[in-house]
Amino acid sequence: MKKNASQYLQKYTIYIVLIVLFAICSLISPYFLSGNNLMNVSKQLCVGLLIAYGEMILIVSGFLDLSAGSVLALAGVLSVSSYKATGSMLVAVVVAITVAVACNVVNAFFVGNCNVPAFIATLGMQQVARGIALYYTGGQNILQLGDFVDIGQGMVFGIPVPVILVVIITVVVWYIVNHTRYGRGIYAIGGNRSAAEASGINTKASIYKSYIINGILVGLAGMIFMARNNAGLPNGATGYEMTGLTAAIVGGTSFVGGIGTVSGTVAGAFIVGLLENVMNLRGINAYIQEIVKGAIIVLAVSFDVISKSKKSGKLIIVKEKPEKGAVTHGTSTESARLQTASKSQCPPEGTQPPDNKQL
Amino acid sequence: MSDIKMRVSGVEKSFPGVKALSDINFSLRKGTVHALCGENGAGKSTLMKIIMGIYKADKGQIYIDDQPVTIRSPIQAMELGISMIAQELNYVSDLSVEENLFLGRLPVTKLGRVDWKKVRTDAKRFLKEEGLSYAPDQKLKTLTVSDIQMLEITKAITNNAQIIIMDEPTSSITEREVGILFEKIAELKKKGVSIIYISHKMDEVFQIADDITILMDGTVVSTDRAEDLDMDTVISRMVGRKIENVYPKEQVELGEMALEVKGLNKEGIFENINFHARKGEIVGFAGLVGAGRTETMRAIFGLDPYDSGAIYINGREEKIRSPEDSIKKHLVMLSENRREEGIIPPRSVEENASLASLKNFIFGGYAHRKKERNDVKEMFEKMNVKTPSMDTEISKLSGGNQQKVLLTRWMLCDPEVMILDEPTRGIDVGAKFEIYKLMTAMVREKRAVIMVSSELPELLGMCDRIYVMCQGRITGCVERGADFSQETIMRFATGIGEG
Repeated sequence: MKKNASQYLQKYTIYIVLIVLFAICSLISPYFLSGNNLMNVSKQLCVGLLIAYGEMILIVSGFLDLSAGSVLALAGVLSVSSYKATGSMLVAVVVAITVAVACNVVNAFFVGNCNVPAFIATLGMQQVARGIALYYTGGQNILQLGDFVDIGQGMVFGIPVPVILVVIITVVVWYIVNHTRYGRGIYAIGGNRSAAEASGINTKASIYKSYIINGILVGLAGMIFMARNNAGLPNGATGYEMTGLTAAIVGGTSFVGGIGTVSGTVAGAFIVGLLENVMNLRGINAYIQEIVKGAIIVLAVSFDVISKSKKSGKLIIVKEKPEKGAVTHGTSTESARLQTASKSQCPPEGTQPPDNKQL
Repeated sequence: MSDIKMRVSGVEKSFPGVKALSDINFSLRKGTVHALCGENGAGKSTLMKIIMGIYKADKGQIYIDDQPVTIRSPIQAMELGISMIAQELNYVSDLSVEENLFLGRLPVTKLGRVDWKKVRTDAKRFLKEEGLSYAPDQKLKTLTVSDIQMLEITKAITNNAQIIIMDEPTSSITEREVGILFEKIAELKKKGVSIIYISHKMDEVFQIADDITILMDGTVVSTDRAEDLDMDTVISRMVGRKIENVYPKEQVELGEMALEVKGLNKEGIFENINFHARKGEIVGFAGLVGAGRTETMRAIFGLDPYDSGAIYINGREEKIRSPEDSIKKHLVMLSENRREEGIIPPRSVEENASLASLKNFIFGGYAHRKKERNDVKEMFEKMNVKTPSMDTEISKLSGGNQQKVLLTRWMLCDPEVMILDEPTRGIDVGAKFEIYKLMTAMVREKRAVIMVSSELPELLGMCDRIYVMCQGRITGCVERGADFSQETIMRFATGIGEG
């Protein structure tokens, strides 16, 4: 029984850390629990979360995207200027997504067809996309966005529009990852590509799909980012891929591939986001904040690796002992857990602020 | 001085929740080969890891030359004259022979610079002494597994190893190379080196072992001189029960043609491959390593392209370009490389099992996890998969159970033709027997089974017909009841029986 409890703990460490962190934050800063602040935190997290989902999907498949920040900026400025030219939000959305998907199809081509390591292919795209964004705008920010800002600053029923969007996207991504053939396939590809191929999975098609999904997410993130900043910033979102990667990794996504969940990524993003927020509230020096954030990534991953290697060291020998059997968080129960996790974490984030306002 | 080189006395080792070894006593005589037999999970590797200083024993003592020793690390083990040739050889393929030979003990000059001159002359001398023909500056990737094994042994000897542990040394080398290895072992024995030999292959064990110790469930069942034992006794002691019939072959009435391959060609790999398999038939493929059996099967399954030829499944010609296509046509293949092309290590047994048949669980774009779990569970019961839970990572299971999970993966696709490439490689005797039983069950359900194997006894024991390949061509076909013998097959396999 004791063992079950410890395994249970290990499985849910990330969520426990999040809860503890939340408690600590509310203790050390009186402003932390205010509705305004919590709303701010969730709004700030939106862009990072969208990128984190894309990175999570790619890392699970055994790849990654270093171009997310630049492609975000490129898709964002083109979307902004197309909106300014046409006044149509639909056109703006189509442009943002098309541009970001196109960049990611190029990524997928080099990664999937030419077998260029994802690190290199997307590193190249990082510079190319940034270059195009700067060339197109002549390095100038695009100002006066008009109603475009609604997608980043608007409110519906007292909930920020980007928060609503991200909640919906979270559910969609969760569904794709857990309940489609493609989604199940990426875990196999990241876990062992040859075996996935030999099991009838079309790996090349999956690589394209992963990058295309990443493109859609980055494109939407680009719109939200520009709207929140009230400007088309060709130089904006530099290094945002790292924010996304950090959230995914802190959330338990394994860089080796084959492991990662949507709920973990959400928790990872909130852990990083809350830390940042509380450090801001306490007026901690921005440079120190960088140090703390950097340390956290390494600590989170080493904790994960160490606890895993301990577990496997134990289990290599455990052959017939059904000690793990008692805890049946099944894949089906896991999906149930994911469901409740994303329900209990994300939507309430949208609904929490009003509650808190009453406090 | 007694003739006991090493003595393991009362060694115990527990891991949280399980006792891996209890009261192990074991003596290794000087200049002998001591075989260690036991099923996977019997504790052989745990014991070896304790001897190599990777694990620390909870209790007990190891004596070398009657002196009690404490071994805390592999380096210390090496200093005490113990070396291990691992099953999965550890080497750096981009380094040269000499660099590998001196890895971790490169001689340095007074200034701390590597003394390459000394490395070269020493390497040359060692290679010459051991009768190895390769050059010291050759890259390891240009060598065969057997060459590298010899190099590892050379490395051990030049480290003054008195005890060499060999873990499944013949699992990936050819028969001829096995001969070379055994000559080497005989030579080592003459020099007074003691060898602990771990193998699942009983004929080899009886060929070279002086003593045989049998382990089961972490305890020593018996230690005897090899000449006092026979294979059946060893096997029944290993599994703790008597296996009545090693090959549970059943005659099944043959049905229609399930698979027909006509004139399949791939330049330089195989040519003019013609064969067929009927429903309810087990068809074997024999041949030496490199005869092109695996390559042929991979092409039929769609993993590799072929130049020309036709494949008929249930009488209809099918164009197969990828495993996706063949799975749709109910032709599946269990790969010979369980690790590289079979398991998805970080995922659960359930996900590993359902991987190829996911479309059976997806309706309207939604994967029904409950149906998936039920179907997998049902098939696990049928395939006799033993797993602590459905969520256990597949890498945590024994080789035999992993193989059964992979068989489950393919059975869930409801195959008409099941190609099994070396289905029993690297798994223990008990699990082998279960796989044979499953094959029998498959043909009883009127599926066709094609079995590629390098172990002639199992082919002769299980198959209705055996095709023999040699250098990319089918050189013969023997039928049960007719000329079904190892001699005939070997003649075809070496190309003598042709014409």
